[in-house]
Amino acid sequence: MADIRNDFVGIKSPNPFWLASAPPTDKAYNVIRAFKAGWGGVVWKTLGEEGPPVVNVNGPRYGAIWGADRRLLGLNNIELITDRALQINLQEMKQVKMDWPDRALVASIMVPCEEHAWKAILPLVEETGADGIELNFGCPHGMSERGMGSAVGQVPEYIEMVVRWCKQYTRMPVITKLTPNITDIRKPARAAHAGGTDAVSLINTINSITSVNLDNFAPEPTIDGKGSHGGYCGPAVKPIALNMVAEIARDPETRGLPISGIGGITTWRDAAEFLALGAGNVQVCTAAMTYGFKIVQEMIEGLKNWMDEKGHRSLDDVIGRATPNVSDWQFLNLNYVAKARIDQDLCIKCGRCHIACEDTSHQAITSIVNGVRHFEVMEDECVGCNLCVNVCPVEGCITMEPLAAGVIDQRTNKPVSPVYANWTTHPNNPMARQAAE
Amino acid sequence: MAEGQFKQGIAAARLAPAQYAENFSDLHPPLDHHEALVEADRCYFCYDAPCMNACPTSIDIPLFIRQIATGNPIGSAKTIFDQNILGGMCARVCPTETLCEEVCVRETAEGKPVQIGRLQRYATDTAMRQGKQFYERAAPTGKRIAVVGAGPAGLAAAHRLARYGHAVTIFEARPKAGGLSEYGIAAYKSVDDFARAEVDYVTAIGGISIENGKALGRDIQLSELTAQYDAVFLGMGMAGVNALRADGEDADGVRDAVEFIAELRQASDLSELPVGRRVVVIGGGMTAVDAAVQSKLLGAEEVTICYRRGQEHMNASEYEQDLAAANGVAIRHWLQPKRVIAKGGKVVGIELEYTALAGDRLAGTGELLMLPADQVFKAIGQTFVPAALNGSGAVIALEGGRIKVDAEGRTSLAKVWAGGDCVADAREDLTVSAVAAGRDAAESIHRALSAD
Repeated sequence: MADIRNDFVGIKSPNPFWLASAPPTDKAYNVIRAFKAGWGGVVWKTLGEEGPPVVNVNGPRYGAIWGADRRLLGLNNIELITDRALQINLQEMKQVKMDWPDRALVASIMVPCEEHAWKAILPLVEETGADGIELNFGCPHGMSERGMGSAVGQVPEYIEMVVRWCKQYTRMPVITKLTPNITDIRKPARAAHAGGTDAVSLINTINSITSVNLDNFAPEPTIDGKGSHGGYCGPAVKPIALNMVAEIARDPETRGLPISGIGGITTWRDAAEFLALGAGNVQVCTAAMTYGFKIVQEMIEGLKNWMDEKGHRSLDDVIGRATPNVSDWQFLNLNYVAKARIDQDLCIKCGRCHIACEDTSHQAITSIVNGVRHFEVMEDECVGCNLCVNVCPVEGCITMEPLAAGVIDQRTNKPVSPVYANWTTHPNNPMARQAAE
Repeated sequence: MAEGQFKQGIAAARLAPAQYAENFSDLHPPLDHHEALVEADRCYFCYDAPCMNACPTSIDIPLFIRQIATGNPIGSAKTIFDQNILGGMCARVCPTETLCEEVCVRETAEGKPVQIGRLQRYATDTAMRQGKQFYERAAPTGKRIAVVGAGPAGLAAAHRLARYGHAVTIFEARPKAGGLSEYGIAAYKSVDDFARAEVDYVTAIGGISIENGKALGRDIQLSELTAQYDAVFLGMGMAGVNALRADGEDADGVRDAVEFIAELRQASDLSELPVGRRVVVIGGGMTAVDAAVQSKLLGAEEVTICYRRGQEHMNASEYEQDLAAANGVAIRHWLQPKRVIAKGGKVVGIELEYTALAGDRLAGTGELLMLPADQVFKAIGQTFVPAALNGSGAVIALEGGRIKVDAEGRTSLAKVWAGGDCVADAREDLTVSAVAAGRDAAESIHRALSAD
């Protein structure tokens, strides 16, 4: 049986599934329910400095986009950090940690970018017995207008500075949460690393307007006729998050830096993908906000089941296994040839592969053969682009089949070469290097 | 004295008064907004969609469903009406299980087609409820067209002709327009006087006048119409009913199923409509099922459909057969009527003979069966009655007993087109096919008149 116990920068939890700092972790009531449901840890909703708490809007905080059957695909929010008094949060955190010693409890913190502010709050948090802190440099709405959150996360020098303060004033492990609202995620990660962070976590939410109300022409969520950009999360952001995790995992400057993966994780499979790309554990929010805390049961059992099937005994067998396979385009093997193949027994004849290929791609799929509705790949036209696979409603009906070396590619009339050859040596590349003799 | 269901003979008020409303309520209640969105999301928006190709009126089904899914039911209704102005009735009565829904790829994929008929009703109901008219008449052309029969074919033809600016007069033998939508079809498929509402919706375009109580051959003559109008469209359906060819079929209690259904559709109080305690329906089509199920719903204790061939030969779709079974109707096969047994002039039973196929010829086996019955409905097919037609003008060519037409609906007579159940064509005898025939004939008429 696979062992999914997690040790993330020394913080131990019975499984790698943490709840991200967000509405579900704002108070003891929710966190206790989460722990009862089986979550391995929580990052408590972001604490601010002592004093009057922040206030939230009193209207809609969330906007969303949906897929078929109104499945929530993307959620955005304009909620700020916790709007409860610091002392109440600290008391509850202390009690919860005492009652649930085997679960991870990490405090998310966001205070002004001044040394005294961080110096003041860190001992208070440490006193709760929290396992670590997460620096909220990600929140893109509201707090960023006040010079915090993503306003810090977008300036690598500030990141490095604050991380240094934290490492100086607390013994707790420091996790730096990064904003994706930046062109090159490696820069803030390198800065956090330089400041001595124990780990990074990403992604925080993405600047977004989910929709526009076409009756009053206001962005959603709308507060009294106006809207503000919110932070976008949920299944729709997963691909962006995966890429950013991979970029940091394979960057020579940050290689080996622990990563807590966040962004649209909804199923065990999503989680496994983050782990494979180099995340040491994962944090979840939108899936819980959509379906409730029970989903962790599926995640735990699904991950274990997959690991058992594949013979992975512990998370270390999985973490980072896909990282070496993330490459630059220029190094992809241009001699690799694949063709789509349609399983006629599974085909339900919707024709979407045909029209996608015919209208928008390479005219490589039939619609009628011998007067009969029939969808089949014409190998002499197929470039192996995978679009048909992606639009087919039946899983496994269309597959991409690699051509073995020596087989004639009917599109080019040339045999498939067994030799790996990429763009850097391709004759069409004016910058091509001479292949090594 | 036995009461209710067990009352002997043909009697009214077999059920408690409230039961009638329940029994004859909407067979498929309309989808509400949420249900429509959930169902619309199931459509895959197929390329060259099989459903669309299976629709006799070629409605762009993926498009209208996508319009529902995107919150545009009005646009969806227009997509439907563009091809089929009687899309509202077709949504209710089409045997979708043998047309669009049979070929839906989700039927292939998981045995559960998208509920196209109910989605079509959602869209058309939404537009009709709002009185949304999508078409304006073109400037009057001065051309006048006579349409015989205000059924689906005639109405579809009239609407399309009116759109082009022609002036249409519909002559209808019955007191109300609508044809089988009004007088045929089981009541639970068209509740709330929908047939009438649809006639009003179709004729609201203007340029269409309906003269009721005008039968061809009786009140009007084809020769007059061809002389007085620029074109004539014949869509009078089939007025005749096949005989049982069984001894004693003129006994009291033997009736045409279509007549019974028409009476039921027009009844203002169903509890006053008499029905037998034991009903036997002879036939195997939709009419047989409609008559049998409605007899049961009126409170008949025992209803049996007897069909002379096997289950696989029945014209009633599998869905209709299931509907009959679900309502407690027994369907028996390989039985042909031999003799109606009467006592004092009234039916008390029917003697049937078992049949078998000898090669491809159906023959009685000699084995007999007696079923007690106090009412027998004949539902063994309707026939076109050409007498009115051929007594009233130049002789029109027939084919297999019906009016012969070409692919555009032109008859052998100049200026005369025909469509719907009264013609011999490749189309099935369905409301939706009649709509297609009327529409297409109207296009042909318009082309002919425009070329003048």
